[in-house]
Amino acid sequence: MQRDPRAGRRSRSMAVVATVALTLTACQTAAPASPGSSGSAPAGSAEGSAESGALEVFGAFATQIEEPWDGVIHAALEKEQQAGGVTYDFTDDIGYAGDMERVLGEIAAQEQPAVIFGDAFGNEEAVRRVAKDYPDIAFIFGSGGGPADPNLSVFDNWIHEPAYLAGMLAGGLTESDVLGVVGGFPVPEVNRITNAFIAGAQETNPEVEVKVTFINSWFDPAAAKEAALAQVDAGADVLYAERFGVIEAADERDLLTIGNMSDQQDLAPENVITSVTWNMTPTVEYVIDQVQAGSYTAQDLKDFSMVGKGGAALAPINMDATGGIPQELLDQVTAKEGAIRDGTFRVDITESAPPGSVIPPSE
Amino acid sequence: MIAFVFDILTATIRNATPLALGTIGETYAERSGVLNLGIEGTMYAGAFFGFATAFWTGSLELGLLAAVLVGLVAGGLMAFLTVTLGANQHVSGLGLTLLLIGVSEFGNRLAFGGGQSLRRIDPYPLVDPLELGGPFSQYALTYVTFLAFVPLAWWVLMRTRFGLAIRAVGEDPEAADAAGISVFRTRYAALMVGGVLMAVGGAFFTLAALGSFTLDIIAGRGWVVIALVIFGRWGIWRAVAGALLFSAVYSLQLRLRVTPGWQDVPFELLLALPYLVVIAALALSGRNVAYPGAYLKPYRRT
Repeated sequence: MQRDPRAGRRSRSMAVVATVALTLTACQTAAPASPGSSGSAPAGSAEGSAESGALEVFGAFATQIEEPWDGVIHAALEKEQQAGGVTYDFTDDIGYAGDMERVLGEIAAQEQPAVIFGDAFGNEEAVRRVAKDYPDIAFIFGSGGGPADPNLSVFDNWIHEPAYLAGMLAGGLTESDVLGVVGGFPVPEVNRITNAFIAGAQETNPEVEVKVTFINSWFDPAAAKEAALAQVDAGADVLYAERFGVIEAADERDLLTIGNMSDQQDLAPENVITSVTWNMTPTVEYVIDQVQAGSYTAQDLKDFSMVGKGGAALAPINMDATGGIPQELLDQVTAKEGAIRDGTFRVDITESAPPGSVIPPSE
Repeated sequence: MIAFVFDILTATIRNATPLALGTIGETYAERSGVLNLGIEGTMYAGAFFGFATAFWTGSLELGLLAAVLVGLVAGGLMAFLTVTLGANQHVSGLGLTLLLIGVSEFGNRLAFGGGQSLRRIDPYPLVDPLELGGPFSQYALTYVTFLAFVPLAWWVLMRTRFGLAIRAVGEDPEAADAAGISVFRTRYAALMVGGVLMAVGGAFFTLAALGSFTLDIIAGRGWVVIALVIFGRWGIWRAVAGALLFSAVYSLQLRLRVTPGWQDVPFELLLALPYLVVIAALALSGRNVAYPGAYLKPYRRT
């Protein structure tokens, strides 16, 4: 049989390309299991863990855990595992291309955890279908929708209260009366913290103007930095860093800035005044208690991500920040924080997208 | 108004730096006859390994050196696939991009553990050697790119034997081979030099602009470069001019969005403006372009 030697070479080279592609896939799927994983549980581990008293918890994330939002959930679950109450394993980067239903179904069928945490945004239908198929597993998912009986509970980050307090600080500290906010997408979650930040700034500074830029990406810190620098060029002197990249701009221009999601003071110790933080530990602990007590029901867990129950907070205020912080302003913020905690002050939830320039209302 | 124009000029030069490095690198690859779609991954890996090395060693220079090595390896791998094996250039390039992004993200998790908090180094500062301020306050890498790399790249490509060899193997490899030029070695060299420029362009983000690494740090800028090279008709100056044009519109729209009076214009439209301008420029100037003669064709002696 005659064979064209070139054809052989071509198929060999295509094999190399295919190997390259496969290596990549291997890298991506191998990655999730590496840190902090408890290893694959053998079949029948449900009984095994019941003996040791540790509840089996699984994380199923659409993005990589390096993404700050899912990172908060992952951090709370890791902390819970270190405390010894649960065993925790996770898979991430499931994406939005239709894999969620299959991956979640496999986790439910093969790992049989007692609880699955994750994010349903962009995968709402898929998550709800799988939850219905496994009524004995508690599904706790970040979602823009409501809970579904008997087993799907929802949560979201509700950090508009500390965002309001951060706005009060920013409004009190600005010298140019111009602030800047750089956000990812104008989705409800980002809009409400941005709007709360603006409302807080207007309370301490009625003259304040707020510049708002959305970069239409959850990452792209270089674009976030450029957006922040454009705001600085337009006069902004205190920046709220909803996304990565903004603190870097404040550092370079020696301006004050406010971090988001976790305490980011170490990124620029002289520039970060405070951070608007989200903490999933109250949610995680409540759910685990309920499941262990056998009294778990599907519900909206919103309250556990708010200031009242410790799910949202303003990070410690950095007294070493350039220029210092006036005592009067600190007192104002502390008083407001107390009022929020006591339930005597409610921060408005406004989920419409703010414009690029929020100008003070003319009297 | 003058301040506004100066701000845009400053931002334009800054934003064009990684794009200019990328376009020179890609132009070298394509003039030798190889479309290198590995650019996005090469920039990504340059950004990650440059950052990780600088973080561990505490030296930005070693970080830059790591990016150079990544570029050599990435360019060498692309050459192995497309020159030695003669594999399809589109598939090889996309495969290389996926591989390098995967390796970088895997390395990032191994090294930094997928935590919530970001690691940060002290990046290269802005410098202003002539103390003129405004547009002259730039990173050293920006100065080096526009004052040294761009003219040098043009001179090497158009005025040296090596540059002639690159153009010859990209136009007519049979004739070049007959004239005693090694097609394989020339293409390997062009891809590796190109890879270095791309990787350094990626490292610009982590070592100068940000001082930190996050996922998706290149965010498609490699693909923008592919379009700019065609816009530049495979010439260094025109490609760099394209990078400056793109960056100018990019910097302008960011400022228009926070200018009172512009809030009624949908921001998505302004965000798309730099891409629309490049597409329009391509449509206007891209007619009757002469691709390098041996574009996309693996060379085999017959």
